Amino acid sequence: MNNEILDVIKKYEGKRGSGIPILQDVQAIEGFISKDSIRYISEHTGIPSAELYGIVTFYSMFRLKPQGRHIIRVCKGTACHVSGADNIASMLNTLLKLPEGESTTEDGRFTLVEVACLGCCSLAPVIMVNEDTYGKVASDKLEKILDKYE
Amino acid sequence: MLIKEIKVGMASCGLAAGAKDVYNAFHDVLPETVKLTKTACIGFCYAEPMVETIDDEGVSRFYGYLSSKDAEAFAKHEPPQKKLIISQKEDAPGNKKLARQVRIATRNSGLIDPDKIEQYVARDGYRALKKVCTQMDRQTVIDEVKNSGLRGRGGAGFSTGLKWQFAKDAPGDKKYIICNADEGDPGAFMDRNLLESDPHAVLEGMAICAFSVGADEGYIYCRAEYPLAVRRLKKSIKDAEKRGFLGNHIYGSDFSLHLKLKEGAGAFVCGEETALIASIEGKRGMPRLRPPFPAQSGIWKKPTNNNNVETYANIAWIINHGADAYAAYGTEKSKGTKVFALAGKVKEPGLVEVPMGTTLREIIFDIGGGIKDDRSFKAVQLGGPSGGCVPEYLLDTSVDYDSIAKIGAIMGSGGMVVMDDTTCMINIASFFLNFTQNESCGKCTFCRIGTKRMLEILRRIQAGKGEMEDIETLHELSEQIINSSLCGLGKTAPNPVLSTLKYFKDEYLAHINEKKCPAGVCRDLVNFNIDPEACTGCTLCSRKCPVNAIEGVVKGPHKIDQDKCISCGACFEACKFDAVIRS
Repeated sequence: MNNEILDVIKKYEGKRGSGIPILQDVQAIEGFISKDSIRYISEHTGIPSAELYGIVTFYSMFRLKPQGRHIIRVCKGTACHVSGADNIASMLNTLLKLPEGESTTEDGRFTLVEVACLGCCSLAPVIMVNEDTYGKVASDKLEKILDKYE
Repeated sequence: MLIKEIKVGMASCGLAAGAKDVYNAFHDVLPETVKLTKTACIGFCYAEPMVETIDDEGVSRFYGYLSSKDAEAFAKHEPPQKKLIISQKEDAPGNKKLARQVRIATRNSGLIDPDKIEQYVARDGYRALKKVCTQMDRQTVIDEVKNSGLRGRGGAGFSTGLKWQFAKDAPGDKKYIICNADEGDPGAFMDRNLLESDPHAVLEGMAICAFSVGADEGYIYCRAEYPLAVRRLKKSIKDAEKRGFLGNHIYGSDFSLHLKLKEGAGAFVCGEETALIASIEGKRGMPRLRPPFPAQSGIWKKPTNNNNVETYANIAWIINHGADAYAAYGTEKSKGTKVFALAGKVKEPGLVEVPMGTTLREIIFDIGGGIKDDRSFKAVQLGGPSGGCVPEYLLDTSVDYDSIAKIGAIMGSGGMVVMDDTTCMINIASFFLNFTQNESCGKCTFCRIGTKRMLEILRRIQAGKGEMEDIETLHELSEQIINSSLCGLGKTAPNPVLSTLKYFKDEYLAHINEKKCPAGVCRDLVNFNIDPEACTGCTLCSRKCPVNAIEGVVKGPHKIDQDKCISCGACFEACKFDAVIRS
């Protein structure tokens, strides 16, 4: 695992402003940013771990916990909001039976996140599963969508 | 009619509507005499998936609402006439809609394959860059952009030419340019569409800018939520480098430009230019005090010019056609055209590019087709979280920077979300406040805590626990947040509250005095029951209920378990027999 992180660090060696891209690459490998990774990156780049932690908690794409195999993004943009995005999110919560305060299912199949806007406003309400976007979703059609992802 | 070519629209919205299946179906059944190609988005998003056909006479027609089942008909050269949206020859429902538009920034969108640089080149692509590199000097280019009257399309509306002038005049050998593609306004998607449909237009605009300000390095800062745009940009940069439109000694001149793509990591505040620069430098995206402006001290403290995607997309056209041609469109102080993202409760949502000065009514009713399900119009939200809600009696307002600002909204990046009588304006105000409060970087106290307090008050009003003095407090807090915040996020965060207080005060009063939500949205103020007499037992409401609160057998009357019910209204909307009663 550390070898892969070291490769990432080497890729950005000598380049300025590499804190964010290193963390993005590490998250792509490990699925999230662990405390160990922060410590490791800090030791090998000289970027203080407080600064790295600051970046991770500032930007919404970084996660400090492992995520599910599939990421469901519920768009909470304005157009989706006025088209019933809240109901879509409630339905997903019911279907996924998420433990209180958690965003990942117990079997690690799905992680549910709410995002500000996916930019598909004309097809509101919209959800995205991994890189697949679904427009005009109806709450009773969600189960069928989820079935596609094992 | 014999079809010679079929282009399938494959931008994000098309793909979300099923364009991939349509493409595959065409691929399977089309005879070899018909060429099958891909394109992106012409902006008629409501009719996706869409295709364009070119017949043996060269006539172009667009068909919409397609599914893979339609492929056979096209293969027989008999496309379904009912699905005809635009036609160069005969009458079609979308013809008028297109005729009202002036497509400058979106001149190629939905017409070319964005992944094929030769198609961009064939439509005058990179000709403006050649003209600039071989025939013009830096100041002449800037003067041309100044004279066109182009103002920043990201929202603030600052003169683009003047901005370039500042960067050019700033002392220093090393300069940068940035393309702000961190389109964060919920409800705006014109930049995504431009990047997906015509990435080279943006790159060419950037190159012309870099030439005039004297930059040799540039960044495109694109949201990671737009994976297709990111992929297309990466490919386009490579293709442009291969052809010598980017890289060293462009068109044999001394001018070189290297562009890099930076993926945003998800922070709305990074749309603010100093925050964006901090983010490019690999730090938390916190805005800083200006001056110094980025034109003096930007990336790595070097002079930096930053423009938005749509601004750059206009540049090559201006150079090719001249400043006067651009300035011929628009109003006295807002020249040219603007792309709007029309969404929400409108019949035909999508992207439209119209001359500045077009009225809101023309955009929403003539181009957007009016309100969905023929309900009544309540408001249109302009400018996202920094903007405001415009009521019906102001629909004849001309859309230009100054007129929009005068009525308490902002042009912003061009998002227009239409709302009907089922939308509660307090809910909308609280939706935006929730957004800005979440996205506040936390640097300024009033933005960080003030927005939180305002949100709490709004939530209290929504719960029927508001008091008259809350309105006074909201005004007071708004003023303080506006006056004590450093960047645009805080300075404009109270706008959605102020504009709803101004135009929809009666709704606030109904929540506070009568404990009623006139639109029936606020969950604490509504209650749903099923009339057993009217219920046919169709089970639709039970399937739509997000919390499984509705019980009942097929063809038997259903009942709502009030302990489980979250008053979301899904059953009320779903019921076709008016059996769900809202009280």
